[in-house]
Amino acid sequence: MNPDLRRERAAATFNPELITHLLDGSPEKTRRRREIENKILSDPDFQHENHNFLTRSERYEAAIKKSAVMVKKMREFGIADPDEIMWFKSFVHRGQPEPLDLHLGMFLPTLLQQATAEQQERFFMPAWNLEITGTYAQTEMGHGTHLRGLETTATYDPKTQEFIINSPTVTSIKWWPGGLGKTSNHAIVLAQLITQGKCYGLHAFIVPIREIGTHKPLPGITVGDIGPKFGYEEMDNGYLKMDNYRIPRENMLMKYAQVKPDGTYVKPVSNKLTYGTMVFVRSFLVGAAAQSLSKACTIAIRYSAVRHQSEIKPGEPEPQVDFQTQQYKLFPILATAYAFQFVGSYMKDTYHRINESIGQGDLSELPELHALTAGLKAFTTWTANAGIEECRLACGGHGYSHCSGIPNIYVTFTPACTFEGENTVMMLQTARFLMKVYDQVQSGKLVHGLVSYLNDLPSQRIQPQQVAVWPTVVDINNPDSLTEIYKLRAARLIDIAAKSLQGEMSHRKSKEVAWNLTSVGLVRATDAHCHYVVVKLFADKLLKIQDKTIQAVLRNLFLLYSLYGISQKAGDFLQGNIMTGSQITQVNQRVLELLAVIRPNAVALVDAFDYKDITLGSVLGRYDGNVYENLFEWAKKSPLNKTEVHESYHKYLKPLQSKL
Amino acid sequence: MSSRAHRVSLGDSWSQRVHPDIESERRRQAFDVERLTNLLDRGARNTTLRREVESLFRSDPAFSLVNTYFMTQKEHFQAAAQKRFLLHKMAQRLNWPEDGLEIDYARRALSGDIILGVHTVATKAIISLGSEEQIAKWVPLCKTYQIIATYAQTEMGHGSYLQGLETEATYDAATQEFVIHSPTITATKWWPGDLGCLATHAIVMAQLICSGAKRGMHAFVVPIRSPQDHTPLPGITAGDIGPRMGLENADNGFLQLDHVRVPRENMLSRFAQVLPDGTYIRCGTAQSNYLPMVVTRVDILTSVVLPSLQKACVIATRYSVIRRQGRLRPSDPEAKILDYQTQQQKLLFPLAMSYAFHFQAVSLLEFFQHAYNAVQSNDTSLLPELHVLTTGSKAMMTDFCAYGVELCRRACGGHGYSKLSGLPSLATQVVASCTYEGENTVLYLQVARFLMKNYQQIWETEGAHSQRSLPQSVQYFTMVHHDKCPAQNASDFLLPEIYTTAWAHTAARLVEDSARHLQVLTQSGADQQDAWNQTSVSLVQAAKAHCYYVTVKSFQDAVKKLDSEPAIQLVLKRLCDLFALHGILADSGIFLYDGFLSGPQVDMVRTAYLDLLSLIRKDAVLLTDAFDFTDQCLNSALGCYDGNVYERLFQWAQMSPNNNSQENPAYKKYIQPLIRSHGSKL
Repeated sequence: MNPDLRRERAAATFNPELITHLLDGSPEKTRRRREIENKILSDPDFQHENHNFLTRSERYEAAIKKSAVMVKKMREFGIADPDEIMWFKSFVHRGQPEPLDLHLGMFLPTLLQQATAEQQERFFMPAWNLEITGTYAQTEMGHGTHLRGLETTATYDPKTQEFIINSPTVTSIKWWPGGLGKTSNHAIVLAQLITQGKCYGLHAFIVPIREIGTHKPLPGITVGDIGPKFGYEEMDNGYLKMDNYRIPRENMLMKYAQVKPDGTYVKPVSNKLTYGTMVFVRSFLVGAAAQSLSKACTIAIRYSAVRHQSEIKPGEPEPQVDFQTQQYKLFPILATAYAFQFVGSYMKDTYHRINESIGQGDLSELPELHALTAGLKAFTTWTANAGIEECRLACGGHGYSHCSGIPNIYVTFTPACTFEGENTVMMLQTARFLMKVYDQVQSGKLVHGLVSYLNDLPSQRIQPQQVAVWPTVVDINNPDSLTEIYKLRAARLIDIAAKSLQGEMSHRKSKEVAWNLTSVGLVRATDAHCHYVVVKLFADKLLKIQDKTIQAVLRNLFLLYSLYGISQKAGDFLQGNIMTGSQITQVNQRVLELLAVIRPNAVALVDAFDYKDITLGSVLGRYDGNVYENLFEWAKKSPLNKTEVHESYHKYLKPLQSKL
Repeated sequence: MSSRAHRVSLGDSWSQRVHPDIESERRRQAFDVERLTNLLDRGARNTTLRREVESLFRSDPAFSLVNTYFMTQKEHFQAAAQKRFLLHKMAQRLNWPEDGLEIDYARRALSGDIILGVHTVATKAIISLGSEEQIAKWVPLCKTYQIIATYAQTEMGHGSYLQGLETEATYDAATQEFVIHSPTITATKWWPGDLGCLATHAIVMAQLICSGAKRGMHAFVVPIRSPQDHTPLPGITAGDIGPRMGLENADNGFLQLDHVRVPRENMLSRFAQVLPDGTYIRCGTAQSNYLPMVVTRVDILTSVVLPSLQKACVIATRYSVIRRQGRLRPSDPEAKILDYQTQQQKLLFPLAMSYAFHFQAVSLLEFFQHAYNAVQSNDTSLLPELHVLTTGSKAMMTDFCAYGVELCRRACGGHGYSKLSGLPSLATQVVASCTYEGENTVLYLQVARFLMKNYQQIWETEGAHSQRSLPQSVQYFTMVHHDKCPAQNASDFLLPEIYTTAWAHTAARLVEDSARHLQVLTQSGADQQDAWNQTSVSLVQAAKAHCYYVTVKSFQDAVKKLDSEPAIQLVLKRLCDLFALHGILADSGIFLYDGFLSGPQVDMVRTAYLDLLSLIRKDAVLLTDAFDFTDQCLNSALGCYDGNVYERLFQWAQMSPNNNSQENPAYKKYIQPLIRSHGSKL
């Protein structure tokens, strides 16, 4: 092991294994996760050449080969727990997407949730056995997050008892679904249902697209690959055009809404139920944001500990991590990664809890959960996106090379800002909820849950110029006090946004126009609300930690996360008179002190994330720190190094010279 | 050629018809787009010449850029080599002058996607660092491609901190040779462009050791590949450094030197010489050796960084008037996404940056020419200011342009993730510049050092003459102004004096705070280096505010000079206002902190800012048209002049090699056997 890293690990004040248990949920879960990981890593079926040196089609082939084996082995090993399935998949594919993602993650679950018993019988077992491989086709070329705008139609023909699925325009072509380009033979297509001359909105239909056996597109279907992307090279994101294509009536997923043979439409009991999948996927993305950020952080911090660049003092080349500017880049990201880890597991637990209530017919918590996941999905994915890029830049030039592994983490993660709901739209959905709650509070109603702080609004009468009494009570080392001032900031910005919305409406503008003219402020208010939620959940988590040393270490990360946020958004806290200028000075000073406090534990804190080298896929982030030797070995594998003299020399350089 | 015919350069079937949603944007012409284009080109004659050159690349499929999206790294590199070769033949055929604008315009037309970019940099390095004899010997060889040169500075373990480079050049007086050597693995030259497969020679930066003393970084011309068969010469290990986020055309390579001997004459010796007996003579400041870096930085800003941002703005803005989503009024059709305030907030700041940095680059170029001419006649007095201006501009422009391009990419929703949008390639091209040619944090700290030095100078030489002795860019330190901003209402914040003063005040205040912090630390016993490190976070903050001020100031000065073009002046002033106010809102804490701005004033800034968004929105498409990129050069299915986004996206996707056949061998090979195995069990 590199002596620098050995020193770093020896100097840590805590045992990283304990934090690993905390992140996994229990020592038993850690053990089980490692067991699965080791099983996969030692399995020759899952080995392949480093994907960085493969072309796109080679990467697709390597992925589909592993996917096929994966499905088989998962059953052999009896993996059925949702967490374990997730681990298994992620270890096999090393965090990369794969062509069967939508089959496993969307097609099968949608069948389970929305298919009738008869439909399950017809489709589920063949799909389970991969005879049917499916995808989920919602997004169209011209329409994404705004679902009502989708153009694909499904018109019921009672004569033949069929639906006619049609893509009427170029913009209505289904575009982006994963696994559609080359892999799937079925798609769950979302289309506007039209029966008896009336449009009933979006419904889901099972559409066969390729012939089983020959795998050729069926007549009436135009399907293919959408071309190269920023990342997702393993994935055959595809397009699908349906030309008055007929499917039997029984292919509409009819557990909730139904179309009778004569064309009569039967409404679902509640349309909130379809929120379920969306809420699940979005809350899962919060965890994914934490994971991606944690990986990038692991790489950047380990590399900074072994990289000796310039000298703070002449003749003493310090590791990069001793530079204040480097700490200032990386440690707040480390703290954020921990914050998001805890928020992610909170979201997962909450989802399961509320899902149980839903199972018992109690839907009361759904609206808040829906609003919370939308905003937090946007907040965490935006923050993680920026954080990953910051980690990459903190690695200097090598961060740009695929040897660092961070470009790959970035391009794999960044779609999360767009898919499953574009982030700005997500923020505005949460804003709509916050405005509704605000109105309820104004009309004297008591609100519950994470927005309950808004109950205090009428009594605070927050005024921009009011000299308040709050500053005296701020204790910048106290989690409760910090949570409190984040709460005040959020309350103030929500209040301002609500008032400016009312102001625009009082100028007799339509509701929609007023909303648009307030939207920048609404996003800002929602951002503050989400920031408060993260701070609060992190503070709550601290209270639940038994081990004192661990609690102390995480408390410093909590303080850094909260204080750094204040320092970055100082304007909000100053303008609302939540803090004074001298308190901001204290905050800035304390942030710098915390960097020095966290410094000795930095490597141990990323070790605790417990990523194996092969999962990280990074030469710079290796556990043993032997970066440079391995960097050289890695480069030698480049396809351009296969010959000593490259053919372009003979083809172009020589003639260039002889032309004279 | 008319501007429209020029821009519409793909010649596909949709080019004939302009989408009504983009046509309507161009109907309202608040200013003359053509004259703005001329202004950006710095003269109507340049516009004409540029269009002539760009139109040469229209019909030849070998110059097509769209094909590169479907290539492997290796194929892409080949294509870039071929383009370079054809370009050279074209330049010869048309008798283009060597240092004329034609070559620059040709590079622009090809989006710089050609090889031998660093060969040019290395040639310039010989010109700035070589003696007259050395220039006479090497430069003609470079220009006729008899040799291909790379500029090898960065090492595997050492980048922006030049003193840390390990490669050694030890003078051997007995043979009158330098022994160039990479003593460790971290000393391996790593990243230089055109080195991986192409270069025959390297300009190697190495620690000079003569008569037993270390003399710092010097440049040496080292032959690395055989002129006969291009194989590496004895003692040389060289190759490709492996795949990267982008830069497929760059041929980034590595180079290890094992006691490689070169004659004494191969040390570039305009500013320092080693005599045959090993005596070392310096004939310039140490900074002179960094001149090639300055040249390269300015070149990168104007030819890579800024155009990347401008193109991203063109693509995202055009797409945002075609893409419709949701409704602003229940009775309306779906709205153009550019009509959403949140979309305007995302896109109009990068647009403002595009113009701000254009004018900053122009003033930088002027200062550069001035200083460079002086250096050529051995007057190096302007070098420190030139150095710090390019350093600051490089850090600020690359930071903000990288941020802006990525903002534009994400503002295009899912399609921004497709390479066919052109945006991922622009993003990967521009983010590289945040690190190469000087990592930005290191550069901000260099700017900070300059600021500290000059700030301290004010106190040391207090008196009437102090201001005159300050370099121009920091004269605002001594400007007398109010402690509080005098603005009374939102429209006051559209007065350039108001916001420029706000930036000057805050930058100066942050510089002062850092200086005081440094002083307190040193007085309490910390040594200089520790004190510097412990102040570095606030030093970077001060340097950033300073750079922002410099940009606002240069933009404002440029707008002021446009009195003869009132319509253009008006739209550019709005962009200047937006640029300045955006910065204040993004970091309002530093303005509120000492009470320079009050809370209500920040609210006024916000009001003024939101009003500007809706005003600039009306001109947004025309403001991006004015950059005058051809469709070919934009290389984007989303960003073409005619706005036919979806048809083109669909057609381009058909070019994907995956769509060549409906077969799927991987499916047959791996999934079908699995199904059969299940079948047999059933």
